[in-house]
Amino acid sequence: MDIPIPVTLPNNLTICKMSAESKHITPYRLYAVVLVVLLFLTTITIIAATLDAGAFGVTLALVIASVKVILVLIYFMHLKFDHLIFKIFAAMVFFLLALVIAITFIDYLYR
Amino acid sequence: MDNQTSAITEHRDDTGAKLGMWIFIFTELLLFGGLFLVYAVFRAKYSQDFHIAAFQLNVFMGALNTAILLISSMTVAMSVTAIQKNDKRLALLLLSITLALAGAFLFNKYLEWGGKIHHQLYPGSDVVMSLKHGQILFFGLYYFMTGLHALHIVIGMILLMYIAYSVAKGKTNQSNYVLLENGGLYWHLVDLIWIFLFPLLYLIT
Repeated sequence: MDIPIPVTLPNNLTICKMSAESKHITPYRLYAVVLVVLLFLTTITIIAATLDAGAFGVTLALVIASVKVILVLIYFMHLKFDHLIFKIFAAMVFFLLALVIAITFIDYLYR
Repeated sequence: MDNQTSAITEHRDDTGAKLGMWIFIFTELLLFGGLFLVYAVFRAKYSQDFHIAAFQLNVFMGALNTAILLISSMTVAMSVTAIQKNDKRLALLLLSITLALAGAFLFNKYLEWGGKIHHQLYPGSDVVMSLKHGQILFFGLYYFMTGLHALHIVIGMILLMYIAYSVAKGKTNQSNYVLLENGGLYWHLVDLIWIFLFPLLYLIT
């Protein structure tokens, strides 16, 4: 007769945990801070471009753009607080894109 | 008990809805990823031509539009927080600001394209066709990539208008806001693409 109680208890607990996870509320301030960082990075990339640093400038611009994209994905697109599956999927898609670009350039440069 | 059954009979899968949106976003990333790849290969092949052609772009306009999109991304993200806190008025205000910023982005794009077209710089024009091969490619890619991106802005605006209507009607509310979340995700995607378009087209000269 006592058996159903321990069975239902952890069940209820997981439901509570899941709904708490999906209802994570990001504070307004965090979004504002992320925006300031994004605008700061944009300013740096524009200043760096006026210095005309050649190949290094291209690398710097792409690294800054990548950092900005990661910030948008993690905070604005809520990946940090979402289910693991979304993080894995997003990482896989960007890995696939990087792979396609790398393979194309290996083919193009060493043909 | 009654409450429980009514909760069970309501068929809703917010995680599934979001997963669907993310899968759509991935297809969009691969679409633009392919265009970035075309750009990268031609830029490596005709680096001098791309260098000269990119000087025609207005860095200030590009930077302004970058700031506009970043701010609009923040306001749409904040509108989700507002609806989670059951602040319908603030959510609507933030969505309206997002829409206004999207309009400002398109207006700048109109000024930019208008100025270039006025100077006969558009694909197939006599001026462009007399340029070197790499410069013709640059302008073709510039118009296609920014044009496709602008199309996404227009679609995003329609989507956000519908969501604002849904919020105003109370269909999107504190307990059911996955539509707003998905609309926000789409808007962030538009922002993501521009984050890469801006340095590639305007800065790396």
